[in-house]
Amino acid sequence: MMAARFLRRALPVLRQSRSYAEAASGAPQMSFTFASPTQVFFKEANVKQVDVPTLTGAFGILPAHVPTLQVLRPGVVTVFNDDGSSAKYFVSSGSVTVNADSSVQLLAEEAVPLDQLDIAVSIMFTFTSIHIEEPICSNVGQYDQIYCEMVQI
Amino acid sequence: MFARSSALVFSPQCGQVRNMATLKDITIRLKSIKNIQKITKSMKMVAAAKYARAERQLKPARVYGNGALALYEKAEIQAPEDKAAKHLIIGVTSDRGLCGAIHSGVAKTIKSEVNNLTGAGKEVMVVNVGDKLRGLLHRTHGKHIILNCKEVGRKPPNFGDASIIATELLNSGFEFDQGSVIFNRFRSVISYKTDQKPLFSTDTVANAETMGVYDDIDADVLRNYQEFALVNVIYLALKESSTSEQSARMTAMDSASKNASEMIDKLTLTFNRTRQAVITKELIEIISGAAAL
Repeated sequence: MMAARFLRRALPVLRQSRSYAEAASGAPQMSFTFASPTQVFFKEANVKQVDVPTLTGAFGILPAHVPTLQVLRPGVVTVFNDDGSSAKYFVSSGSVTVNADSSVQLLAEEAVPLDQLDIAVSIMFTFTSIHIEEPICSNVGQYDQIYCEMVQI
Repeated sequence: MFARSSALVFSPQCGQVRNMATLKDITIRLKSIKNIQKITKSMKMVAAAKYARAERQLKPARVYGNGALALYEKAEIQAPEDKAAKHLIIGVTSDRGLCGAIHSGVAKTIKSEVNNLTGAGKEVMVVNVGDKLRGLLHRTHGKHIILNCKEVGRKPPNFGDASIIATELLNSGFEFDQGSVIFNRFRSVISYKTDQKPLFSTDTVANAETMGVYDDIDADVLRNYQEFALVNVIYLALKESSTSEQSARMTAMDSASKNASEMIDKLTLTFNRTRQAVITKELIEIISGAAAL
């Protein structure tokens, strides 16, 4: 039993040295899906990194991130593509799921690319979004928060 | 519907030979069927336009809904086979008829599910989205219904509708352990299929074995996440159901128009034959009257 345990511990060392080359090419790719009910921004795309604002704080998701479930707060989502370019979107609320197989589902209730926002439209958007009944954002204070975030942008 | 209108015009009496329909009767019938054909044709056009829009909106909605369900698939969350499990069934159709077997398919599935679950001793409650479903279910399964939703199907469903339904469901206070949403999944213009998607309660998800992999989850976050997922599943069901309904209505109205034009052809032939027979009869009367002189 002890011998078997030693063997098992010894074997991984051998396996590691053999499998370095595989590790480089077999790096888990992030299958990133980013959608709102009316629009799909990314569907099972391979991206480098995604920054999300959640209720417990903003964090960046890279491939092979530890699996987690989070709820989004109003803020900016930044997606870094493989070629280094980045795209920013404003999200009002939603959820993000990181699974064990490195797939990420980012579902936003409302999401707008930042370059489509301007202050006049954003004011109207904030007031209309108050009428959307949403179990998560039932707190009117959160809509003030959305407005402040948008003004900051 | 057509049989009823024919009874009004012909009033057949059993045990007597049917009177030869007069020209007037046939004319009336022909006019009414022509009107019906116009109506069904225009309904088909309207349904085709609504279907085109619904199918366009379904594409992103499908990606969105499948993303919401991905967690349950990837984590392979199974409901525990408990004796005292409370079940929830959400049936999604609409208020309006003339769309083929849309409503009856969902109602049939709900009825068989309810019977299976009550047979196994579990408590089941049903939420009806759509007035037609209420009509089909409330007579036999009225005590299982907790929520009815009306004004579904007039306008294309949006996320706000799904969240209203979810809010009402959560406010109703029915603490379900697991459930399913039953709706018609859109496959193509001519085909749809009644499908089920699973729902889980926060407790079921929290206690599932594979959830240990997901770190940094506290009860509040999980509850919010679950509520949002519930809305997403309902939204997907609404979108799929409305697309299936419009395509089914399109095909139903199309076949109704075809049937109507067949009837019009047959009736026109009968009308011509009757007209010729009347003319011949008058001629015979005149001739035999002249011959008698």
